[in-house]
Amino acid sequence: MRKFAEIRKSLYVALWFIFLTFPIMVIRINPLEKTVEWRWMNMALVGIGTFFLSFLWRYLISKKEEGSKRAEEKQNEKISKLRRLIENRKIIAGSVVAGALLAAVFPFVVSLYQTNIMTTALIYVMLGLGLNIVVGLAGLLDLGYVAFYAVGAYAYALLNYHFGLNFWMVLPVGAALGALFGILLGFPVLRLRGDYLAIVTLGFGEIIRLILENWNEFSFGPSGISNISRPPLFGIELSVQNATVYMYYIMIFLCLVTIFIVKRLQDSRIGRAWVALREDEVACQAMGIDRTKTKLTAFALGATWAGMGGVVFAAKTTFVNPASFTIWESIIILCIVVLGGMGSVIGVITGAFIIILLPEYLRVFSEFRMLMFGIILVVMMVFRPGGIISGVRRTYKFEGKNF
Amino acid sequence: MIGAFTALIVISVLMSTGMNPVAVILIAGFVAVIYSCAYGFTLEKIAYKPLRNAPRLSALISAIGMSLFLQNYVLLAQTCDFLPFPNLIPDFECIEPFAHIIGSTDVVILVTTAVVMIILTILIRYTKIGKAMRATSQDRVMASLMGIDVNTVISFTFILGSATAAIGGVLIASHIGMINFYIGFIAGIKAFVAAVLGGIGSLPGAVLGGFVLGWTESFATGYISSDYEDVFAFLFLVLILIFKPSGILGRSEQSKV
Amino acid sequence: MRREKNERDPILSVRRLGMSFGGLKALDGIDLYVERGEIVALIGPNGAGKTTFFNCISGIYAPTEGDIFIMKPQAGTAKRINGLKPNQVTSKGLARTFQNIRLFQNMTVLENVMMGRHVRTNAGIAGAIFRNRKTRDEEKQIVERSYGIIKKIGLAYYVNECAKNLPYGAQRRLEIARAIATEPFLLLLDEPAAGMNPQETKELDMLIQRIRDEENISILLIEHDMKLVMSISERIYVVDYGKKIAEGTPEEIKINPEVIKAYLGEDAY
Repeated sequence: MRKFAEIRKSLYVALWFIFLTFPIMVIRINPLEKTVEWRWMNMALVGIGTFFLSFLWRYLISKKEEGSKRAEEKQNEKISKLRRLIENRKIIAGSVVAGALLAAVFPFVVSLYQTNIMTTALIYVMLGLGLNIVVGLAGLLDLGYVAFYAVGAYAYALLNYHFGLNFWMVLPVGAALGALFGILLGFPVLRLRGDYLAIVTLGFGEIIRLILENWNEFSFGPSGISNISRPPLFGIELSVQNATVYMYYIMIFLCLVTIFIVKRLQDSRIGRAWVALREDEVACQAMGIDRTKTKLTAFALGATWAGMGGVVFAAKTTFVNPASFTIWESIIILCIVVLGGMGSVIGVITGAFIIILLPEYLRVFSEFRMLMFGIILVVMMVFRPGGIISGVRRTYKFEGKNF
Repeated sequence: MIGAFTALIVISVLMSTGMNPVAVILIAGFVAVIYSCAYGFTLEKIAYKPLRNAPRLSALISAIGMSLFLQNYVLLAQTCDFLPFPNLIPDFECIEPFAHIIGSTDVVILVTTAVVMIILTILIRYTKIGKAMRATSQDRVMASLMGIDVNTVISFTFILGSATAAIGGVLIASHIGMINFYIGFIAGIKAFVAAVLGGIGSLPGAVLGGFVLGWTESFATGYISSDYEDVFAFLFLVLILIFKPSGILGRSEQSKV
Repeated sequence: MRREKNERDPILSVRRLGMSFGGLKALDGIDLYVERGEIVALIGPNGAGKTTFFNCISGIYAPTEGDIFIMKPQAGTAKRINGLKPNQVTSKGLARTFQNIRLFQNMTVLENVMMGRHVRTNAGIAGAIFRNRKTRDEEKQIVERSYGIIKKIGLAYYVNECAKNLPYGAQRRLEIARAIATEPFLLLLDEPAAGMNPQETKELDMLIQRIRDEENISILLIEHDMKLVMSISERIYVVDYGKKIAEGTPEEIKINPEVIKAYLGEDAY
């Protein structure tokens, strides 16, 4: 009898979706030729598809609710299998070694194209870790992060174009500029919270992009700057193939540095101040923490990585134009942070790999690629709202006398 | 975007039957609203309801995923090209003498906006469901303890929002004359900006924010430079929020310490 | 047990303090002082302006009239602290707790108290990244001192527990521990006994006295629990509708007609 009720529910869902998608799926219009095409096949597909999907969905949701109820009751005792896996010493050591080996030989076992993609993914890892400081640790919703990315990229492009400065010289400049702009952005938004902060930062991102697009004398407008030189290896210019591999290793190195610094920052006096700021701003100030300084430090440090990432991006693609720095970039980086698990380094890395590499592997689905990507985002958030690796924060534990 | 597309589809279907254009636009608008409400309702149940107790950012990402999905859904089901949207809003004879200053379409848009704002304000301030909406937004748990069916209220809110969006979509499509799958995203961002500028939680604020944003863009375009119109809009936004952190008409969240 | 006082050296001196919000006068001409080593109570009916008073002193509001002076023990001059930001006030030596507990809910007990040490330490970005000797020693010291405070206040059992999981009385004590970690010379306690049963209140009584005696911290507290107030305070100020209506020792306040009127209404007299 229960089965029948379930079937009926799914039937209703299927009928609802048939109704819902009727105009857009079934009727195809062509206003130029003034034709209207009726695709009844689609209706059948929608009906059958949603019928079965609704079973699956209900099952998964009920599983999720059971899981969260159990988690509430057992509270601290239940650590998810994933976390236990991660915190197991042997597994960490093993996977670090395996990962290091894989990373070292990667360019030699896969095609140049794949190496390029991986380099892109690594750039996003760095960006994600930087944004993680602002959003994950300090709790400041920054939707204009791409502005700092653009600043770094254009800094390298322009310095290289006008003065011939090479990659290694501009890298610290990019970082410094990022930090500077981070502070500049931070000052006006000190008093803003939540949605308001998000919108203003979004505005900043757009302002930077629009200035780059329209101030032709300075930034060469929408056509951008091309022929940016690649990073030299001890002064030698490399061929395109070698340069790609070289960039990959540069990025591995930079990512390692970033991970090291971010982890150190997380477990420091500053890191704790950021978390306190996120928890309760009023109490944080009452305990003597300077809110202004803490927020600005978060913005500045977060932006530093974006600046550096921008320099690398310009060197890698040898071409920059404003179209690479739209709101969508900020959103993608934000997705990486939230999807992977705010505040968790491994999480951000995982998130970056998923968000950048997944669309590549989805190429198999060609035109349905972005559609699936959207669904995957929704599904991931619905079933793991805390991110893939959630709730991980190294809390200070007092272990007897030998701390 | 869904509203605009649905309307266009209905219009295309009905135009071939030779119906009166005014009737066509009214029916199309009506159908667009119905469908937008349906989409909003469905969206809420799938992508937002499971995330009610999750951190806010998760819901944001889910919304982005949904936005991506809907854009590509329309893109694939229809077309990626810009489609022309016929302006079926009739020319009123009384407007004729002023046609050089303001057209019929503009009048219709202004009047509709005013009517919608009045209806929404009345709804939120003076009806039972409006009170339920306000209560739920302030403290969901307490609201449900007071006997309010939170699920119904939230669904209703989304339906209301979608309806308004659909009306806006049809009007903008009539005004500009072109639609494609991406118009919703840009409009959504600008709507968010307008709402924040006017103060979140204040309906007149949202309208005011929309006006301010539009005017800033237009005036900046006219008097300064058209390339930088968005820059000025955002700069203006930043300035306002610096001096009034909760928006123009927003209530500042003074929590008791 | 009254401490021996040397000469009159108020560590907190408030003169004619006024706070207006638009047309509403929340505080009107309050005079108050606290001497070194004292436990002073501020009482009054709900809405009298007590928490507003605390907010003015601790820097959350900038008072619209009057002056607030503090003088650190052994310091030469008094400093005016009107309008300073809350973190500046705390670094000068005033710490407070809140009426509605404002702990860092998702941090452990240890971490909460460690946050109190922030203002007395100064490792920066470079220190965080390179972890030089100085920073490492500082971190070790932070943990040790925090644990010391936690032990003294009786929360050692909960040291690694998340603040939000603590029982209510423990949460209140944690807030006090966190405030003490900032090394204040004056501690402002806002209704520390709210919601406590008589046993917990008695323990709080002893705790506050211990803090005053062992840590040399003077106390100014807002409280509604009359038993605690009468037992522990050396002097009491009574405010109502933003104005001071009485001040004196507990015995004097108990029989003060204005006070009785404010709390029990005219007819009760």
